[in-house]
Amino acid sequence: MNDERTDAMDERSELLMRALDGELDAVERAAFETRLADDPDLREEWRRLSRAREATMGMKLRHPPEQVWDGYWTSVYSRTERGLGWILVSLGVIVVGGWAVWTWIGGLLADTSLPLVVRLGMIAMFTGVVILAISVVRHRINVLRTDPYKDIQR
Amino acid sequence: MSRLAASYVDAGEAMLVERASRGDNTAFGELVRRHMRSAYFAALGLVGSPDDALDLSQDAFARALKHASKLDPGRPFYPWYYAILRRLCFNFLRDRKNRQRLLDESGAWLAEDLAADGLGEHPDARLRREDARRIVGRALSRLPEGQREVLVLREFEDMKYREIAELLEIPVGTVMSRLYAARRALADALEES
Repeated sequence: MNDERTDAMDERSELLMRALDGELDAVERAAFETRLADDPDLREEWRRLSRAREATMGMKLRHPPEQVWDGYWTSVYSRTERGLGWILVSLGVIVVGGWAVWTWIGGLLADTSLPLVVRLGMIAMFTGVVILAISVVRHRINVLRTDPYKDIQR
Repeated sequence: MSRLAASYVDAGEAMLVERASRGDNTAFGELVRRHMRSAYFAALGLVGSPDDALDLSQDAFARALKHASKLDPGRPFYPWYYAILRRLCFNFLRDRKNRQRLLDESGAWLAEDLAADGLGEHPDARLRREDARRIVGRALSRLPEGQREVLVLREFEDMKYREIAELLEIPVGTVMSRLYAARRALADALEES
């Protein structure tokens, strides 16, 4: 259902909502009761909506264990530190790793003791291993994030 | 007075926001402690999973801390924070894999209100209520985000129409129309069961 389509509110629906949420004053409430008595369609909709309201009224959002709140702020703060840490580590890995790979490839291409095809093969093999490693790590991270059984102890 | 309304008139909070905007992490920590429960429950209502709600609400606070210099001391903290939180939650829900997992677990995040429990309740009545919880959970998880958000704020956070409208920065009429659509969907689900 599209939100925009439902944003047009008619008087009858508004009346039903305000009645359900106890927002009618005494005069409005009396007028509503009269309309209910006279209009079977309205009465039927009121019954259905009241049932839905009663169902949610008997429920609440599940509370977490109280100790969750003790470490809440510490966890928030460490996330900001961790964020900065990850940025610096990633930057360092990119710079140092990039430099190492560049130097290695340069040295390999300059090494004329090996046939060119072997040198190109080594570069292709290294590139393939890096792609596979990245793919496996990314998959593991995704699984860890979404695995519903990750907290179950075997 | 609701928590949101209270935060509007809380001079102490205005001072904390002012200090936090100048980089005072202790003040920001106090703001987190004041609003962490509301944040967690708002996220839980939106994503329907306790672990994800905790993660997303903390992530939103971490992002808020990063942008604390943009805080306006003249305005309450929670609506500003909530805009960050709901964006994170909606992005999370748009991930198809997350959505499927949450649909599978629908209802697990709802609990029966103990105050509404009757002592010595008949087992049949209890089973009926557990069924209703599952149906409500599933119906809520299938609602469009905007309708679900309004319904959760009204039913579980006990906010008034005006407060919801201020929090989401939408007209009161839109709040009511979304609420009406959400309740109709819920009523349909209950009738079909």
